[in-house]
Order: sequence, then structure tokens, then C-alpha cells
Amino acid sequence: MLASTLSSGWFLENAWLIPLIPAIGFAFIIFFGKRMPQGGSEFGLLSMAASFAIAVGATVQWIQRVNSASSEGEHALGGFFGFARAVLPMAGEEGGHSAAFVEPVVRTWTWWQSGGLEFGVGQHIDGLSIMLLLLVTFISLLVQIYSTEYVSGDRRYTHFFAALTLFSAGMLVMVLAENMIQLILGWEIMGLCSFMLIGHWWEEAANSRAALKAFFTVRVGDVGLLVGTAVIFFGANDWAVERGSNGFSIRAISAWALSGEASNSVLFWGGVALFIAAIGKSGQFPLHTWLPDAMAGPTPVSSLLHSSTMVVAGVFLVARVYPVFFVGFDILDTAVNLITIIGGITIIAAAALAFVQDDIKKVLAYSTVSQLGYMMLGLGVGAWLPAVFHIFTHAFFKCALFLAAGSVSHSGSHHSFDMKKDMGGLARKMPITATTWMISTAALCGIPFFSGFFSKDEIIDNASHNGYQFFYWVGLIGAAMTAAYMTRATYLTFFGAPRGAAAGEHHDDHSDAHDAHAAHDAHDDHDAHHDDHHGRHAGPHESPWRITAPLVILASLAIFSGYLNAPAVGTHYFTDWVEPAGVAVAADHAATATDGEEHALGFAALAAEEEGGYSEGCGFTTPEDGTVCYAPKLSHAEFAWSKAAPSIVLVAFGILMSAWLSMGVFGDRKHPLKGLTSRSGIARRGHAFLVNKYYLDHLYEGVIVKAVAHPIAKAAYWINQNILDGVVNGVGRSGRATGEWVYRNLDQRVVDGAVNASGLVASETGHALQPIQSGKVNQYGALLFGAATVGAIVLILVNI
Amino acid sequence: MYAVNFLILGALLFSLGVFGVIARRNAVMVLMSIELILNAVNVNLIAFAMMNNSAEGHVFALYVIAVAAAEVGVGLAMVLMIYRNRRSIALDELSAMKG
Repeated sequence: MLASTLSSGWFLENAWLIPLIPAIGFAFIIFFGKRMPQGGSEFGLLSMAASFAIAVGATVQWIQRVNSASSEGEHALGGFFGFARAVLPMAGEEGGHSAAFVEPVVRTWTWWQSGGLEFGVGQHIDGLSIMLLLLVTFISLLVQIYSTEYVSGDRRYTHFFAALTLFSAGMLVMVLAENMIQLILGWEIMGLCSFMLIGHWWEEAANSRAALKAFFTVRVGDVGLLVGTAVIFFGANDWAVERGSNGFSIRAISAWALSGEASNSVLFWGGVALFIAAIGKSGQFPLHTWLPDAMAGPTPVSSLLHSSTMVVAGVFLVARVYPVFFVGFDILDTAVNLITIIGGITIIAAAALAFVQDDIKKVLAYSTVSQLGYMMLGLGVGAWLPAVFHIFTHAFFKCALFLAAGSVSHSGSHHSFDMKKDMGGLARKMPITATTWMISTAALCGIPFFSGFFSKDEIIDNASHNGYQFFYWVGLIGAAMTAAYMTRATYLTFFGAPRGAAAGEHHDDHSDAHDAHAAHDAHDDHDAHHDDHHGRHAGPHESPWRITAPLVILASLAIFSGYLNAPAVGTHYFTDWVEPAGVAVAADHAATATDGEEHALGFAALAAEEEGGYSEGCGFTTPEDGTVCYAPKLSHAEFAWSKAAPSIVLVAFGILMSAWLSMGVFGDRKHPLKGLTSRSGIARRGHAFLVNKYYLDHLYEGVIVKAVAHPIAKAAYWINQNILDGVVNGVGRSGRATGEWVYRNLDQRVVDGAVNASGLVASETGHALQPIQSGKVNQYGALLFGAATVGAIVLILVNI
Repeated sequence: MYAVNFLILGALLFSLGVFGVIARRNAVMVLMSIELILNAVNVNLIAFAMMNNSAEGHVFALYVIAVAAAEVGVGLAMVLMIYRNRRSIALDELSAMKG
């Protein structure tokens, strides 16, 4: 039974169930959650588990599809998919593995119609969406398990799970979106849930402020999404309608961008607008300021939304309609473009900020921003696959890091996230948390044989491979900085002498501990619960299994997920499964392509393509008539240990340097650097510059908001005072002379007489009618019906 | 003609309702009377729909029922608030609207 279901392609065909189940789960939590014994979390867990199961099934089938496409070339999964056809590859790529075009599983239903336009809703399942579907459902499931312990006893426990489940549904809707409208829908659902979850403990003013900040900052980017979608739509629609699709369809947009018929300026401005959306959502410089503040939310939220899934939505957007950027920004022919500039600045700027944070979650937040910069950089330099692979590996180790930080605050530092005040020396007290943290840190730093090494190094390597020499160095320096700030955080948290709560001290005044968790509502229950705990365990202790189990799973993935695509050991499964082949295919694929009549065309295209050389193919040459491209043909840098050496050396240097500095500055011994910021003016100013986050918040709120709002107000006032008043005064003065004459002659005698008379009449009538306004409802009713009766009588009389 | 009987019934109900609205002191009774009026209208709508052999009247009557439910919801809430503030729902003692 299972085997036959698996081979039939059922999961791929019905992948739209994956977002639907959590959406239904959300409704169940909202309506029945409070009455359930587990407060609704069972619905969330169940729906995520079901979605995860379907996603696993779909992944297995996708892999089968890819494998049979590359071995058989045609009719990948038999007759079940009318359109499951693949065109044989051009001669194998450099890696030696074949690159057959694997037909995505696309299904569309009409959502609504307006003005002759049909808005569809459906699924577009290819390697990229399969990868993210699996990732999001898996991490959501783990985070929900973790949350059942972490937020237990919270006043809004049910709502927390409702928002978490709805968030997953939104992300999944976006990931399998067939068209841009559906993508926007999922995107906005995520924005809303992000707002609800950051502000989960809204009683604290800082939290609701952070929620608003996140929401509005992302909204700034969302304007770009709407504009970009519209620009692309108007550019692509005519082309797409001719081929039986429309300008919202992601496939049509990709094919149009690579068809050679698209106007470059439309692609460029459409790409810029969409990229602005990605800047907002993915926390890229200069709109990254919301992400660290978003750490006000509960830790599972930070872990799920603000590190591993939601923030990659912007990266996903760029990866999804990559041809638009590829052609619009001319990626392989330049040495610098908008995406790389923003990505590069983000990597360095955020990594520098991570050095001055005392809050462990903020270190991780800036680290996330910096890693998202790597993904953007990867997309910008034409390293599509390494960037997507970095999404994949980053999700595991960053999620593990956040959950470990949460575990530390939950059981180690008495709800504090302050590394300098309340942590230190926790490695002995919390061995599982510390081990998983360090494995994930190693992965994040890109230490060889951990997953981050295989993804991040590929991005850096491809930057120089594709001619982005400057950004190659940016990537390397960023890697060294990453290693350094993570070493600092690790030292402060797990080594050295225990401080504050980690040493067993209790905060008497909890408003003092400036973390969100300590201030939340269920605080009193929590406290009681914890005091028991501490009474028995005396200070920090390891967290319960519902927290450690997800940690262990994620940490092992942080090691092993990299081996899906580790050139060092010769694996390239991820490339095979996820990367769309940059070969031209028969044009009937652009339409729904359910009929099998045009087989001949497909093979004609194949024949034409086989002659293509290295620099020809999709994205370089215009596809032949009757064929379309869906993805640019990208080449991958060949892996070599000699090329990886600089980054390994720099990472090692970063770690050693930072360890030496941390032990010096934060340790007990006397050290020349100790107290540097209080002695040296330059160091102090640099420190203040970083602590104030480059004064970007001041810029936004103090300067831009004032610069926009105040001059407008001032200019309006000036115009009001000088121009309008002048006109009014001038008119007034000349009017006055006329007026006085009129006053004496007409006014006093003619008009006043009339006015007085009418006033008198009105006043008398008013007095006469006053009794009617008795304030008594019955009288009003009587008047109403009396009037209606009179009206009815008149009506009858008139009609007779 | 049957329809005439329905119209007569509707007129009677309507008059009854109008009498209630004008003569009753109790706010709840007034609300009930308003319901009577609305239902008189419903009876008329159905009767006319029957005369004209069309379904529109029925649909409209359904609308009226929904609107009436909403109106009673709001009305009762107001009566409750008034009672809470004044410990009385006698309408003749309520003259705050006096002009």
C-alpha cells in the first residue's frame, strides 16, 4: 500500500495539503484550543506532524522523479503525470553528473476572477520548494515540541500555538506558491504572525514596540513587493498570455525573463523593487534593524521565525524568480551589482555589531542577519545552488543555537539572556545544551566537516569563480568575523567563572533582568515552579527532554546535513535534487502542458541544445523558437582544498584571536586589553558606534521621520502664513471697502430686515416645535408612525 | 384570494406592533413590538412573493430576519446598559434625549 502510494506520485500531486493542514489546525486551535487538555497545542503538533509526513513523502517522490528523469530521460514517473516529461540533458556538467530538466509539478485552481484576469491558487513543486517544504515542516514540528515545555503555563498558551501554526501555514503557502499573488498572500500571513508572536508578551511596552517596529519595517519592504509584482506583471503578461499562462505565474515570469524578449529596464526595475521586499523581510542592510529587536519574542519564535524560516523568505523570493535578477542585473557579466553590494555590506556590518552585544539572543540575531547576507551574496554572484544550500544548513544550526540559548535561559540563567551578568561556566552544568551549542557554532563558523563549511565556502568560492573578486574577500573577512564573535559568545556563556544567576544567585527584582521572558505574564507561576526546581537542584541544571531532544536532533543535522552536497567527499545529491537544469525545453511546458501531442518539439529542442557549449545555454543565448528556459545555466566552481585553505586559515585565526581576547578581557587575569574602552578614546567611540547600531535607529526615527514629517509641516505652515494669508488679506482689504458701502446701504436696510424676519419666524417655529422633542421614545415612535400613516394616506389618495 | 388574508394578518400584526411601541413603558416590550412590526413586514413580503410567483420576496424576508436578529442584539445590549446605570427600564423616565 505504502509502496504503491509512493510510486504513484500521490504526495507530489497533493502537496497543496501541506499548507492546508496547519491552516485547518489553526482554526481548530482558535475555536476549540482552550477546551482541550493541552490547551490546543495538540492540534498544532498534530497538524505539523501530518504536514511533515506529507512533505517527507513528497521529497521521496521528488527524488525518485529526479533520478528517473536523469536515467530514463522521458516519462519520468509513467503515465500518471501527463506532463511528467523530461528532456535529456546536454552533455554532462563539469561535475560529471547529468542535469536533466525535471518538470515541476504544477497545479492551479482559479481563486477569483476580476476584469478578465484569472487569479490562480495552486502549487509549484520543484526542488527549491520541496527543500523548503521539508525544512519548514520539520523545524516547525521541533519548535512546537520545544514550545510545549518552554511556554508552558503561559497565559496566552493557546494563542501562542495558534499563531505559530498559522505562521507555518503562511510560510508553506508562500513556498509552494504557483504565482506571485499567492506568494504575497503567504508573505503577508507571515508578517502578521511575526507581529503577533514578537508582541506575545505585549504587557511589556518594549515588546509591543519591537513588534510594531518589525511590522512597519517589513511593510516598507512590502511596498517593493507590490510594485515589483506589478512591474513584472505588466512586462510579462502579454508574452505569457500568448503561451496560455499569465503574468503572475512564476513559471511564466521565469521563462519570460530568459526568453530574450523581455525589456531589460523592466527586468531591472522589477528586480530592484522585488529586492527591496527581500531587504525588508530578510533583514538586509539598511532595513535589518527590526530583526535584533524581534528577539523580544519568546525564544521558540526567534528560533523558528527570525532565524531559520521566515527571514529566508526574502532569499527565497530572489531564488524563486531568479531569472528576473539574473537577466535584470546581468549577474554573470558584472563584478558588482545591487544584490552583492547589499549582501556584502550586511555580512560585515552585522558581524561587527555582533561583537558588542551582551544579550545572547542578539548575538545570534546579528549572526542571522550576517548569514542572510551570505545567502544574498551567493544569489548575487550567481551561486544559486550554494545560496539555497546555505538556507538549508543554516536553518538547522541556527535553530539549534537559538534553542540552546533558550535552554540556557530556561534552566541555567533564570530567564536572563545577559551573557555578561548571568552566564559563564555553564558547560559543566548543562552538558547537552553546551555540546549542541558548540557543534552548531562550529557549523556556523564554517569549520571543515561541519555543515556550514560546505555551504558557506561554496558561496565564497563561487564569488571568485564568477568574477566577483572583491566580494570573495568580503566573504572571507565575514567568515573570520563570524568565527570570532561566536567564540566570544561561547566563552561568555559556557566557560569562565559563573556569574549572576548562573552562579546560583537569584534576582529579587525581576524587572531588573532585561529579558522579555522574565517580564511575561505567567511569571508568577513560572517563578514558583522554578523556585521548586532550584530548591532541589541548587542553581543551573540541564533542561528537560522536550527541550534537549530537539536540540540533539538539530545538532546532529548541523553536522550531517552538509554531506548532502559536500564536494570534499564527492557528494552532490543536493545539487541533483534541487537545482533546476538550465536547459531549454519545449514551449508547451509554459502552458499547463497536459497533452502529450508535442513530443516532437521537445526532442527538437534537445537536438538544438546538445550542441551548446559552456557559455551557451539558458541565460546566455536566446532559446530557440518553440522552446523556453526556466532557469539560467550556472556553472559551479570546482572544489579544491587549496581554495578552501584561505577561509579555513581565517576562521582558525578568528577563533584563536577571539578566544585569546575573550579570556583576556572577560577572564580573571590581568590583561593589557582589559578596560580598553575606558582608556582609549578611539576604542570607546568605536564601541559606542557599534553599541548604537551605527545610529541607524536614530537615523530612521530621529532624522528621517523628522526630516519627512517636520519640513512638510513647516512648509505647510509657511505656505499657510505667507501665501494663503497674503491672498486672503489682500482680498480682504479690497473687499472691505466694498463691504462697507454694501453694509451701509444694502445690508442694514434690505438684508437685515429679511434676516431678522426669517430669524423671528424660525425662532417662533422652534419654540412651537420644542415640546415635540420630549426625549420620550414612545412619543418619537408615535410621531414616526403618525407621519408614516399620513404618508400612506397621501399615497393612497394620489393613486386612486 | 388567500393572499388578501395574509395581508390582513400582516396589517393586524403591524398595528399591534405600533400600538406596543407607542403605549408600552417597558423597553423590552417595545423591542418585542418592533419585532412584531418587522414580522408583519415579513408576512407581507411573503404574501406578495406568493402573488407574483417570485422567490425574491422570500429572500428579502430572510434578510429582514437576519437584520432583525442583529437589531434585537444591539437593542437588548442597550437596554441592559440602561438598566445597569439607572436600575430601571421604564422608557418614560428616560428623557436624556430631550432637546
